[in-house]
Amino acid sequence: MGRYLLRRLLIAVPSLLGISVVLFTVLALAPGDPFGDLASNPAVPPEVRLALRAKFGMDDPVLVRYFHWLVAMLHGDWGFSFVSRVDVDTLIWQRLPATLFVVGTSQILALLIALPVGVMSATRPYSLFDQIANTFAFIGFSLPTFFTGLLFILLFSIELDWLPFVYRSDLAATGWRWYWEEFRQAIMPIAVLGMFQGASWTRYVRSAVLDVIRLDYVSTARAKGLREGKVVVKHVLRNALIPVVTLVALQMPAVFGGAIITEQIFRVPGIGSLLISSILANDTPVIMAVTFVFACLVILFNLIADILYGWLDPRIAYR
Amino acid sequence: MDEKELRALIAQVKEGALSRRDFVRRMVALGLTAPMAGLMLNYSGVAWAQPAPDWKPTKAGGGGPLKMLWWQAPTLLNPHFAVGTKDQDASRLFYEPLAGWDADGNLVPFLAAEIPSPENGSVAADGTSVTWKLKQGVKWHDGTPFTADDCIFNWEYAADPATAAYDIATYKDVKVEKIDDHTIKVVFSKPTPFWPDAFVGVRGMIIPKHLFEPYKGGKSREAPTNLKPVGTGPYKFVDFKPGDLVRGEINKDYHIPNRPYFDSVEMKGGGDAISAARAVLQTGEYDFAWNLQVEDEILKRMENGGKGRVTIIETGNIEHIQLNTTDPWTEVDGERSSLKTKHPTLSDKAVRDALNLLVDRGSVQKYIYGRTGVATANFLNNPARFRSKNTHWELNIEKANQILDAAGWKRGSDGIRAKDGKKLKYVYQTSINEPRQKTQAIVKQACQKAGIDIEIKSITASVFFSSDAGNPDTYPHFYTDLQMYTTTMTEPDPAIFMIQFASWEAASKANKWSGRNITRWRNDEYDKTYKAAEGELDPVKRAALFIKMNDLVIENVVVIPVVYRPNVRGIEKKLKVYLSGWDSDMYQIADWHREA
Repeated sequence: MGRYLLRRLLIAVPSLLGISVVLFTVLALAPGDPFGDLASNPAVPPEVRLALRAKFGMDDPVLVRYFHWLVAMLHGDWGFSFVSRVDVDTLIWQRLPATLFVVGTSQILALLIALPVGVMSATRPYSLFDQIANTFAFIGFSLPTFFTGLLFILLFSIELDWLPFVYRSDLAATGWRWYWEEFRQAIMPIAVLGMFQGASWTRYVRSAVLDVIRLDYVSTARAKGLREGKVVVKHVLRNALIPVVTLVALQMPAVFGGAIITEQIFRVPGIGSLLISSILANDTPVIMAVTFVFACLVILFNLIADILYGWLDPRIAYR
Repeated sequence: MDEKELRALIAQVKEGALSRRDFVRRMVALGLTAPMAGLMLNYSGVAWAQPAPDWKPTKAGGGGPLKMLWWQAPTLLNPHFAVGTKDQDASRLFYEPLAGWDADGNLVPFLAAEIPSPENGSVAADGTSVTWKLKQGVKWHDGTPFTADDCIFNWEYAADPATAAYDIATYKDVKVEKIDDHTIKVVFSKPTPFWPDAFVGVRGMIIPKHLFEPYKGGKSREAPTNLKPVGTGPYKFVDFKPGDLVRGEINKDYHIPNRPYFDSVEMKGGGDAISAARAVLQTGEYDFAWNLQVEDEILKRMENGGKGRVTIIETGNIEHIQLNTTDPWTEVDGERSSLKTKHPTLSDKAVRDALNLLVDRGSVQKYIYGRTGVATANFLNNPARFRSKNTHWELNIEKANQILDAAGWKRGSDGIRAKDGKKLKYVYQTSINEPRQKTQAIVKQACQKAGIDIEIKSITASVFFSSDAGNPDTYPHFYTDLQMYTTTMTEPDPAIFMIQFASWEAASKANKWSGRNITRWRNDEYDKTYKAAEGELDPVKRAALFIKMNDLVIENVVVIPVVYRPNVRGIEKKLKVYLSGWDSDMYQIADWHREA
């Protein structure tokens, strides 16, 4: 196990290096200029732009820039944003809480929907409940989040005027009132993301449970006279959940990476909206940092998923 | 309109026969700026109209929170680095200049005790200096008094090339001298007709010396106050999250009594223009929304909700079509559209005149922009036509055909006109933006009827508007025959705007396409007039020179103006705001209030 872990971690190093090279070159080759505004403003002499480019090292060859970046990154220096001139790590830490809260809660909501609904449908396949659940699941993951998001805004904010649709990172209220306001502003983005994710997970849970429920040992358990509830929870679910757990683990990087479109629609100041505004402003250091951190998380959670898998299912051995 | 006519108009304003506002409107229509018009009036002895905002509240505070939406979020709060309007607006909540520009081109004092004038000698008659008296008793938010030393410091800070301040052009050629603790003298290196530049408007916001002094020049990025501004403005800094939110609370010690009205301000960024419009006009969640670039029809429908209204602010921004004077299809010394070439067909005045008649500005306004883009040729037009409100532009396919026939452009078998084997085929480029693509289609259709073939090209905005010297698709390269975009005339001095037709500014490979003259039009008379305006101290004579330059550009059809693009803002129904197209949206935030 120890050797396996070490090997996996060692493999991760070259893949991360590769990812960073690809990201860096793509960003360097992409058109656009963080100081484009300066160029189109007739009141700003071109020297200012050229001085800024030189100051921020943008005129160096790509290779030199890459090594500067790599060395700084290894020292824990993530650089600073060209646009706001704030350190990138400060920006990311400012944005992380909103993303963790909104996306994290939506994943929990998705699980809360997917598990009971998926299990219920699988235990009574092709029943009325299963049919309805299936239909909703299909609708759920066929509708993109930007569509459901706008639909929710139109319905709950504009038609009914129940909920605000601009998410604020610092609410002016305190105490219970704060929780209530926070709930009101977060419920729509959480529901949009949670229902989308929940729909696809429902299908997954259903098929996983269906696979297991027909196995002989389940019949044996029933023949022993165990109550149906116990059969499902203790015997079926434990085995059926193995693939689901890994799926959820693989989904975890998204909790940190944010949901670009949903965050943009509801103005949630999370990592996703930071990424999109940095891309629009050609703010290379921020794009680089966010995407790279995201890449690290994907690799990390892949490893965690693999380990979890083995721990849940001892038949799998690491070599 | 020449100098004499201008003087006659000014006399009318003096007598009261013509309102100040009408005068300013006329000047703006002639391609001048409102501040320039204000300066002309002031020079001719018409005092600055001191704005008397209909201020109802009886005390400072008590107005609750003011919530504003910017769909581009503010990213920095140091006014000397604030290139985008969002950043200038956010800085203006906390920082103030000596004076700002109102919508009618009046200079309004903020940190100045009074506006300098030629009469009392504070504006030197030879145009080499201007003396500002500073307001006494003004305190920074941390309690330190504001003095002349702060102004001197701002000049040194911005003029230092190592700081790389965006307003360096305003400060590098002046010297600022301290007369006493509350008087400064701005000395120009040469006679300068447009003196209200340093310490005025968006580029005039003053930062405190005692907090920024250690961070001058190369260390400018490290100043903690870059993110936590300490200013003199009506609101004190509370919180800033770059790209998301700026918050401020009332400054109880503000130097104007009984101001401001709101207890706190909040500027939320992000999202898109349509939902910003919705949050103000439809749900009333927010009080103010910036730059609603939304189709007018949608705005009108939202206004029916009754929670808010749309305000249109006049500016000098013009959506226009540029005609290339050089040949974009021949490469000379590694560049196309080289100054050594001449456009094979557009160099014919008849073709340019015909194109001018084929741009259907009426349809563009009616079907595309609505209130947010007003059909015009006023940009550079003669006053007689301007006075009549209807017929300043013309769509006349028949006349265009006649002109082309007369000039010998014959239709070929494919219906496209040609002369000496050169066909009237053009590539017409612009950025990807729905209204622009619709405009392109309207122009293409009309041109087809006149035997001119137009190929439409649209380029991603981030490429088209970038300054990348290596990319041939940017607008400064202008590697096509025609192109269309909006030029903004936010600078108070029209000289900065009009430099785009000066021959020495022609964009080329040699200056990495950073030259301002994109059409590459070169005209000796224009150059001479521009140079004359640079040294002309009498604002009225100077204005006449600018109008002459405008006439030259329009007579020669160097560009075809399409529509004015005024600023569009969404405002909560009871909110009373003061906005100006010549200064930051926030320039008079201290006077904003809610009506009962």
